[in-house]
This record gives sequence, structure tokens and C-alpha cells, in this order.
Amino acid sequence: MDLTLHVWRQAGPGGRGRFETYEAKGIEEHMSFLEMLDVVNQDLVTHGGEPIAFEHDCREGICGSCGMMVNGQPHGPWDRTTVCQLHMREYSDRDEIWLEPWRAKAFPVLKDLIVDRSAFDRIIQAGGYVSVRTGSAPDANSVPIRKADAEGAFEAAACIGCAACVAACPNASAMLFTAAKITHLARLPQGQPERWTRVLDMVAVHDAEGFGNCTNHGACQVACPKGISVDYIAQLNRDLIRATFRSGGEGGEGEAA
Amino acid sequence: MLLHSNVPAGPIERKWERRSFEMKLVNPSNRRRYDVIVVGTGLAGASAAATMGELGYQVRVFTYHDSPRRAHSIAAQGGINAAKNYQNDGDSVHRLFYDTVKGGDFRSREANVHRLAELSLNIIDQAVAQGVPFAREYGGLLANRSFGGAQVSRTFYARGQTGQQLLLGCYQALERQVAAGTVTEYDRHEMLDVVLVDGVARGIVTRDMVSGKIESHVADAVVLATGGYSNVFFLSTNAKACNVTATWRACKKGAGFANPCYTQIHPTCIPPSGAYQSKLTLMSESLRNDGRIWVPEETGDSRAAHQIPEEERDYYLERMYPAFGNLVPRDLASRRAKQMVDEGHGVGPRSNGVFLDFAHAIERLGADTIRERYGNLFAMYEKITGEDPYGVPMRIYPAPHYTMGGLWVDYDLMTTVPGLFAIGEANFSDHGANRLGASALMQGLADGYFILPLTIGSYLAGMDRRALEADDAAFRDAERGVKDRNDRLLAVDGSRTVDDFHMELGRIIWEHCGMERSEGGLREALSLIPELRDRFWREVRVPGSGDDLNQSLEKAGRVADFLEFAEVMCHDALARNESAGAHFRSEHVTSEGEAQRDDENFAHVAVWEFEGVGEAPTLHQEPLEFQYVPLSQRSYK
Repeated sequence: MDLTLHVWRQAGPGGRGRFETYEAKGIEEHMSFLEMLDVVNQDLVTHGGEPIAFEHDCREGICGSCGMMVNGQPHGPWDRTTVCQLHMREYSDRDEIWLEPWRAKAFPVLKDLIVDRSAFDRIIQAGGYVSVRTGSAPDANSVPIRKADAEGAFEAAACIGCAACVAACPNASAMLFTAAKITHLARLPQGQPERWTRVLDMVAVHDAEGFGNCTNHGACQVACPKGISVDYIAQLNRDLIRATFRSGGEGGEGEAA
Repeated sequence: MLLHSNVPAGPIERKWERRSFEMKLVNPSNRRRYDVIVVGTGLAGASAAATMGELGYQVRVFTYHDSPRRAHSIAAQGGINAAKNYQNDGDSVHRLFYDTVKGGDFRSREANVHRLAELSLNIIDQAVAQGVPFAREYGGLLANRSFGGAQVSRTFYARGQTGQQLLLGCYQALERQVAAGTVTEYDRHEMLDVVLVDGVARGIVTRDMVSGKIESHVADAVVLATGGYSNVFFLSTNAKACNVTATWRACKKGAGFANPCYTQIHPTCIPPSGAYQSKLTLMSESLRNDGRIWVPEETGDSRAAHQIPEEERDYYLERMYPAFGNLVPRDLASRRAKQMVDEGHGVGPRSNGVFLDFAHAIERLGADTIRERYGNLFAMYEKITGEDPYGVPMRIYPAPHYTMGGLWVDYDLMTTVPGLFAIGEANFSDHGANRLGASALMQGLADGYFILPLTIGSYLAGMDRRALEADDAAFRDAERGVKDRNDRLLAVDGSRTVDDFHMELGRIIWEHCGMERSEGGLREALSLIPELRDRFWREVRVPGSGDDLNQSLEKAGRVADFLEFAEVMCHDALARNESAGAHFRSEHVTSEGEAQRDDENFAHVAVWEFEGVGEAPTLHQEPLEFQYVPLSQRSYK
């Protein structure tokens, strides 16, 4: 099939971007979306042009490197799919595809479709961990965890940090990302000792990085390639309120939600 | 090149304890005076950096990704082994040690493997305490599953995302140290050289991948945790950016490269669908627990799977290896799949795969149980192929996946260059000629959490610390070397893309130094590679400049290194005139068609010293002794 691509090109962080149009010819339906871009780039380089810069690595939907707006949808049209897992059998001959980088104040564009997502690391630095010194852990089976709690934690921990949630949100909020980590650790006994300071600190950094607030649109959940639920944002809000009203952010005894 | 393994004396189960006691220690209040560089943020790098930060060292950690969490460890699916014996099925540290030495076909260092088995217990404790959500049973305790090459259930897992969850554990520990100020994180920085001063590793040169700036970083020790080199094949299950650059540049500076020919081909990957294929996707080996592998008995049978009756199917692994069946080690499973396809039994539109069938398991356990165990893998398969594995069997074929070879290290994980350490997949140490499933995560974390942070202290306590500045001549020279090379790549201005050359190299290596090797094929590869390398430097086209984000330039540097490294790999495969584990020489086959080792002449680690690009490297040997696991022909019948 032959396709027309309109791609956001931007030389660097300070530069002005623009859409450029490319013809992608002879695309096969078994190709992945990124393999289609590889073919376009090979052609660009061979003809003296500069290839389209886009981030990618594992190409199997787990590293979280890739991501772009495909016709206005983060990661494109498939449900629970990163753009590297999208395949060209979705498209037909003469389709037009618009490609843009994630757009959010907290994610400056570095080049073309690549943005700087380091704000996510700084949210984790604020408390997205359990403080456990290497070597000090008790036997792994010394604390039984209800299967339902372990699975609930796992579901939340499945977040790959790709930032599609931010790109989908009209407020460019990173609440789904932040809430996934809060929930992952709040569901486990190991996460209880730091539960209340964690939520206060992570939300404070989230806001300071320039992400917007959550106004319950739910677009994040739809865009999320890992099916992270907006219910976790409710969990975050509950924990945040409890932590805020408890003296010194201690939040009282850690009851699992 | 001197190869002192520095294995402590004494009985094997006391060696690590003894070494830990004999080591020099750095006083806690002095640790902040020592600077350590860690390159790479996968399981090994992130856990090492986090742990050294906790101990109080000043750590700088470098990754070419936008965040440490992207490292390729994240893609490991199946699980992590540990000799916890929670299943009461006869597991023990000794059994894990034994299985690993045997699985590695007697080409690993016993003392290292035993230490790995001992530390496997601590890893699981550590990960659970960090909040890694491993699978659990209804009573709340940890679940296990079995994995290829073992007859006990010792594998801990988090559905098909074990690597992701373990890496996030390390990443979170690392970010905690970044917040505490003990670790400084350098994202989007690629290490392009290691710098030696008076023969000792004292820092690295990096390129800032956004600004293009070439920078020097001085330290007291350098740790490479930069993964493996499967992408020398172009098509592999490794992430696209995985490369040999850090370890190869270290080799060019004098670090011996051990057993480069030991490359593992993973039996269960999705077959390529066309010439544009950019990488291969692995389907976790854990699928072999419940899936049955078969091909049509008739060659060239193009019927759909459901139209082929039971009696016309060949469940060839169950037939050939009744004791282990579909759970034979990876090298056997891979080779037999290739044999079936080569003999004309291949399935799928390109006849390039074998079936992995869950129909019996779904009948026995129900689709819900299978979904719970492998749901994400099935979903991944369906996205890629458009076929539903709950209804039709998966098609699989082997693909390059992991490299057992790597920088030679002693018992303390130090390379032949003092002050330069290598951990995780980047070193050669524990897997011998073949790695067992669910052992890579174990080794990366044992090295990073528990071994290196101790042994590096012993080195630092004893080193001669001359104060150095980043404008020292050695650093200026290394920076100039890096700049010149980038300029040369940009100046070729030919007509072919970097990927073009990478694919061509991959075809040569897959053909001649892949699943099966022969003297003739290897000699041919050794004549083709230099010729391809010459053409690369004459005809490649690297657009853009070195002064900003330039993915073509990044790729070109990596492929240029693969083009040099590939030769050493073939030299090693040629010199190892035996078959062992994943290294299968067609001249050395048992009457049953298995790898025929030659312990008389090849029970050694082959360590290669760089002598110049295009020059034959020099071979050194570390003899291997097997005191605790008697040498025997592997048998999985």
C-alpha cells in the first residue's frame, strides 16, 4: 500500500517545528508501524535527507521508549498497544497519517518526535520506592500477601512510563502515572511505612514539574497501552487527603485500601 | 595478559564467605571520597549503582536511554531462579549450582557459579522487600514454576513481566539514591571510550546525545554493565540500541574478551515475516511448560494446524527426549527446531517455524488458567501476527537472544584492566557455553546487589589514588579519538545506510557463526567481514552533524564496532574446535546428534587480546577444573 505521512519536524529544543509530508510507498501489511518508519527513513537517507527522529528500543511494548501521536491518538488506534506494536494491517492504501510528538509543557521537544520525559524520573525520586537497604531484607515468605493484593499491586506496577497518559490529557496531567506507582506500593505491606509521605512528596513534585491537574476526563485510561485504571487516581486522592489531614503527614496506621 | 582468577581457597561452599572476610574494607566515613562510574542501568548496573550509593560511595551512572528504566532487562519475561526450595521438591543451593554448571556444558568457573546459587536466595528477599509483585498462591506465599533445564520448580515470576518488575525495583532503589545525592544520573549519554592512566582504568569519555558534547569523567573505578552483543546478528530479540561498543572499546584498551563465540539462540521467538523485519520478538520459554511443540510428519504439509490429525503430527522433542520433553535446554530446543525446518517440516506462510500448541493445556486446565499464566504473551503474539493463540497454535523459531561471552573477569568481577569491572551480561562469568532460562536476571542482580559493591571496595582500599583532572593528557587523547572517529563517520558521505551494512553483517554471522558453525564457514566469514568493513568506511552515509541529536551517527558508531568485534567472534568459534553448549561445530557431533565436547583440549576459557583492527587477536587461556560437578556428557533423554 502507499501512504502519505505528515510528520512533525523540529531541529532542536529551541527551534520552530513544522509538518513535512512524505510518501511511503510499497508498505506491506505485516510490517509494524515503526518498521514502516524505518523504510521511510532508509529512503530519506539514501536520497540525501535527514531521517525522522523517533524514540524506540524494545519494539515489543515493554520498555516505554516509543510513543507519538498518530492521527491525534497517543500510540495510534489500537487498544492497549504501544506504537511499536501497532501493525500496518490497520491501514489501507492512500491513507493519510499525521505524526506528532507528545505535547506537554513538562515534556520539551528535543527533536522531531522525541521529547524529554525526565520529569517522570523526578516524580519517582520524590518517593516512588520502598527504602530498603540491600541485604537487610527478611525472608521473602515471611510476610504473606493476599493474592488479590499482590495482583492489584502488579496491575498498577505494569505501567511502562511511556507518558501516553500525559499526551492524552487535556490538562497534560501525569496523575495516572503518579497514581499507578502510589497504588502499586500502597497495596503491599512493604509500602506501608512510607505510604503517607510518599503520596505528599510525589504529588508535590508532579505539580512543580508543570503537569496539570486531573479533572476526571479519563482520556489517560483510554490511551494507556497497559490498561492502567483511573481508579488508581481515586486511590491517590484518598491517600492524599488522608495524608494531608493527618498531623505531620503521618496519615495514621497504614490500612490497605 | 595475565589471567589470575583469584578464586579463594577452601571448600566451594565457603569460598565466598572466605573472600568476603579477606577483603580489604573502606571505612564508611571514607567511602564518600571515592568516585565510581557505572555504565548501564539494567538489572546489574542499576542495582550496583544503588547499592554502592547506599554504602556511601560517590556514584555516577550513565545510560544512553532517556531514563534508566528503559534498559533491556525490562524485556525479560519468564522469571528468575532461586534455590529457595519453597516447593519442597528437592531443590538446594547445590542443585542450582549443579544444574547451572551442567547446563553450561562444563565451560563455566565452578566457584563463581556456586556463589551465584548461594546469592540467589538473597535476591528474592531483596526484591520482595522492594515491593516487586511476584506471583503468589492463595495462602499469600510466593508461587514458582519450572523452567527449561531443571526438574524442580525454582523460578519466581511476575506473569510474563518478571524483568520489568525486577528492573523497576532496581530503578526505584537507584532513584532513591539520586534523591539522596549519592548517585548522579546521566541520561542520554553514551560511553564511547574508557580511559586508562598508567595502565589503570580512571574514567570514561561520553557523548551527550542531545548536545553532541564529548566529555570526560574521572573516577577511581569504572564498572561496565552494558549488556550483551546479540545485535551483531542484526535480527535478534535484543532491543534496537543494544550494542557491543562499551565492552569492545574496553577490549581495545586491553581488557580481554572471553568466549565471544558463546551466543545463545532462544528457541521460542516469532518467525520473521519479511525483509523489512527490524527485530525478533521472544515468546517466553515458560510457554514450554504448557505448550507442546510439533511439526507435521509429512514434509511440505501446508494444511492448517487443526486439519492435521494427531497421528500425523510429530511432537519431536517429546519423542527424542522423553525425560525432559518440551523442557530440554535452549540449545537443544533451538537446534532441533532448525533441523525440522531445514528438513522441510516448517509451518506458516514462509515455512519458517514450528508449532507451539496450547490446545491440550487449554483442554486440561481451561482457557482462564492459561490466560492467567500467559495472558500478556498471548496478547503480544496476537498483535504481531494477527492470529489468536487460544484458537490456533503459535508459530515459533529460534532467534539470537543472549550472549554468554563477555569481558573476562576474575572472581571479584574485575577485567584484565585494573579498576575496570564488568557485571551482568557484559561479563563472561557464570553461564559457561549455555545459559539456563531464568538465570540471567539472577546473575545480573547477584553481581549488582551483592558481589560488586563488596569487591570494588577491596580494590578501592588498595589502589594508588593519584589525583587526576579531566584535562589530563590521557583524557584529552581519548576525547580526540572519539571526535575524530565521529568526524570520519560523518565525512564518508557514501550512498548506503548504516542499517544496510548492519543487515549484511547480520546475514554473514547468522549464516556462518550462528546456530551451527564449521571450519569452512568460519573461514569464509573471516574473509567477508573485513571486506564488508572496508566497504562500510567507503560507502556508508551518515547524515546530519555531530553537534546535536543524531540517531544515525549513534547507530553508525555501534555498527562500526560490531564490524570489528564480529571478527573476534569468528576467530573464537574457529579456535574452539569442539562443540559445547550453544557453540555447535558441525564437525563435532555425538552419535545421537548432540554437541561433542573435547575436555582434553578445550576445558578452558578462551580470552582474546586485541592486536589492532583487522589483525588476528591473541588467544590466552584460563584452564577450568571441575571438582564438584564431575565432567559428563549432558543427557536430557
